[in-house]
Amino acid sequence: MNDDEPKSSPGPAKAEMSETTLGAPLSPSVAAPLDDAIIHTPPEVAVAEGDVRQVAEDGGYVAGTSLWRDAWRRLLKNKLAVFGLIVVLLVTIASILGPYVLKLTTGMTPDYIPGDAALIRSFPPFTAPDGSFSWTHPMGTDRQGRDLLARVLQGGQISLMVGFIATLMSLIIGVGYGAVAGYLGGRIDNLMMRLVDVLYAIPYIILVIVLLAMFKGQTPRAQLILLFIALGSVSWLTMARIVRGQVLSLKNQEFVLAARAIGVSTPRIIFRHIVPNTLGPVIVYATLTIPSVMLAEAFLSFLGFGVQPPLASWGSLVTDGIQNIGIFPWQLVCPGVTMALTLFSLNFLGDGLRDALDPRTRKF
Amino acid sequence: MTTNNDNVLEVSDLRTYFHTEDGTVKAVDGVTFNLKRGETLGIVGESGSGKSVTNLSIVRLVPSPPGEIVSGEVKFGGQDLLKLSEAEVRRIRGRRIAMVFQDPMSSLNPFMKISRQLMETTQLHLGHTRAEAREHAVRMLDMVGIPEARERLDSYPHEFSGGMRQRVMIAMALSCEPELLIADEPTTALDVTIQAQILELIKTLKRVTGTSVILISHDLGVVAGMTDHLIVMYAGKVFEQAPTRALFATPGNPYTKGLLRSVPDPTDEQGKLYQIPGQPPDVAHLPPGCPFAPRCERAEEICHREFPPFVQLTAEHFSLCHFAEEVYEEAKGGNLMARPGDLTVRGRRS
Repeated sequence: MNDDEPKSSPGPAKAEMSETTLGAPLSPSVAAPLDDAIIHTPPEVAVAEGDVRQVAEDGGYVAGTSLWRDAWRRLLKNKLAVFGLIVVLLVTIASILGPYVLKLTTGMTPDYIPGDAALIRSFPPFTAPDGSFSWTHPMGTDRQGRDLLARVLQGGQISLMVGFIATLMSLIIGVGYGAVAGYLGGRIDNLMMRLVDVLYAIPYIILVIVLLAMFKGQTPRAQLILLFIALGSVSWLTMARIVRGQVLSLKNQEFVLAARAIGVSTPRIIFRHIVPNTLGPVIVYATLTIPSVMLAEAFLSFLGFGVQPPLASWGSLVTDGIQNIGIFPWQLVCPGVTMALTLFSLNFLGDGLRDALDPRTRKF
Repeated sequence: MTTNNDNVLEVSDLRTYFHTEDGTVKAVDGVTFNLKRGETLGIVGESGSGKSVTNLSIVRLVPSPPGEIVSGEVKFGGQDLLKLSEAEVRRIRGRRIAMVFQDPMSSLNPFMKISRQLMETTQLHLGHTRAEAREHAVRMLDMVGIPEARERLDSYPHEFSGGMRQRVMIAMALSCEPELLIADEPTTALDVTIQAQILELIKTLKRVTGTSVILISHDLGVVAGMTDHLIVMYAGKVFEQAPTRALFATPGNPYTKGLLRSVPDPTDEQGKLYQIPGQPPDVAHLPPGCPFAPRCERAEEICHREFPPFVQLTAEHFSLCHFAEEVYEEAKGGNLMARPGDLTVRGRRS
């Protein structure tokens, strides 16, 4: 057996090391026989064949094959999910870098309104003012003659930001709230979850509209932050319920008892031991929350409560586009298609993640 | 029983009740025992006899609600654990009293590397830095006989076999040099060859570190070779309490006798294995008399009517039975022969 050698030979070296680096916790009287035992006696007794054979036969072990790595491999096998992932990444990168690239290449910015009155009108994609082919406006221009591609990319920035930040808020509030309620249980759980029920009962769109209406008349940027807060503060409810359900089944597991038996404090048990075990469903739900929040934002912008000009989001661009749908269809089609593509890519990704992370639906 | 300073743990009249819809379940009902420094105490009994709850009560880990420690005293190092604050008990758990649980498959957190779980204990209690804790963890894994401990430290629990996980649990339990180790059926979930190794490991480490051990088991074979004293529990009560040798040689309680007779005897080929008739009682609705009476061979009318006394047979031998002395004399007369060492238990010759 190849494990005989490492445990018997490095005796002296180990003894030195343990005495220099680790003498501290042990009282001298105990430390001496303990070291003794490590090196000389117990391994023969302790390591017996059946225990180690598995390792010996494999001839080694893969260090740190985590559940995440397994999940990642399973995700890569799912074509739709990979497609979703790629599209989401592309759209994200394009939204972040795109406006700068455009400024350098075509010189267009999202809020540039041409000075020439003849140019303040909507041109179709790839069309120069004289009707010939041109790369200047790949998506055309809007009513004010602003470059639509630049606006779609900048709208993407805001739409994605709304989605991510609201989801982040739902992660922080929802996971914490649900985990605490589930772990503490009893009356506290009852109280906390009834609050969630009450908030659930209020139609969230109305809540958001009221919030936004209350603080109307701010700068566009302040209103954007308000939108983040408003969407984030309602999107955590389902997350809290999901996490609570997970925690309820996890808290009676033996490893929680074992953690308590070594004296770990309650907050630490909740957030270090239990919450990581809920991450699978949480990630899946978070990925599915992003598109739903983005959709909600689009809806609010559509109603005129969302992003205010000169800022644009996909929702507000679609709203603008829909007014002239008969004459200038590209004003609706370009932002609309971009948004739809992103949303269903996110949904594919979410579904793929669910399959990858949830062992019950795992296909072998 | 006398109180003296050699005792690591003194439990007196511990009562833990569970308030269920079915009524109050007296899971532990008046358990009293002492554990001397460096000794091993075995607690045996059928499922539901209150073994585990006794130990969870000692470290105050009984799920509450529905559980409640109704009364009693758990003196550990001069302090009554039941009177300490939650934070004070937390400082004792893991540091001075450590536990090893039955199922190593589920008692390690599947999402945490072995290293983090091992390091957590010492970082928490001994104030180790990450590097110190890591070195200590390597040393502990080495001590419990995990080969190439340093390389395996960053594995996840699912990469370990059951036996190795139990070794990790033991390493975790012993990493702060506790004064008391509570092993709750540490080998039940393992196969027989691994069982022997784990028991041998606990025995060796106990000798080396001088830790006192409470070993819970339903397997008489496991406790026979491991323990100095034994407690037999039934329906939340201590039925018999004696030095291991005495208990195997001269049991003073019909229930213990029944248990001993239920152990298969390899020398008796044709013998039919003895079985205690009936089922363990519903602890929520105990009859007024002896809880074992309905299943007891020698139960008489008084057993069904009156709760039996806790009879002292010798200095350290106690039995909860109306007929304790008679049973004891019978056993002493050589009707039942058993040695704890080889566990050759023969049925009563008639």
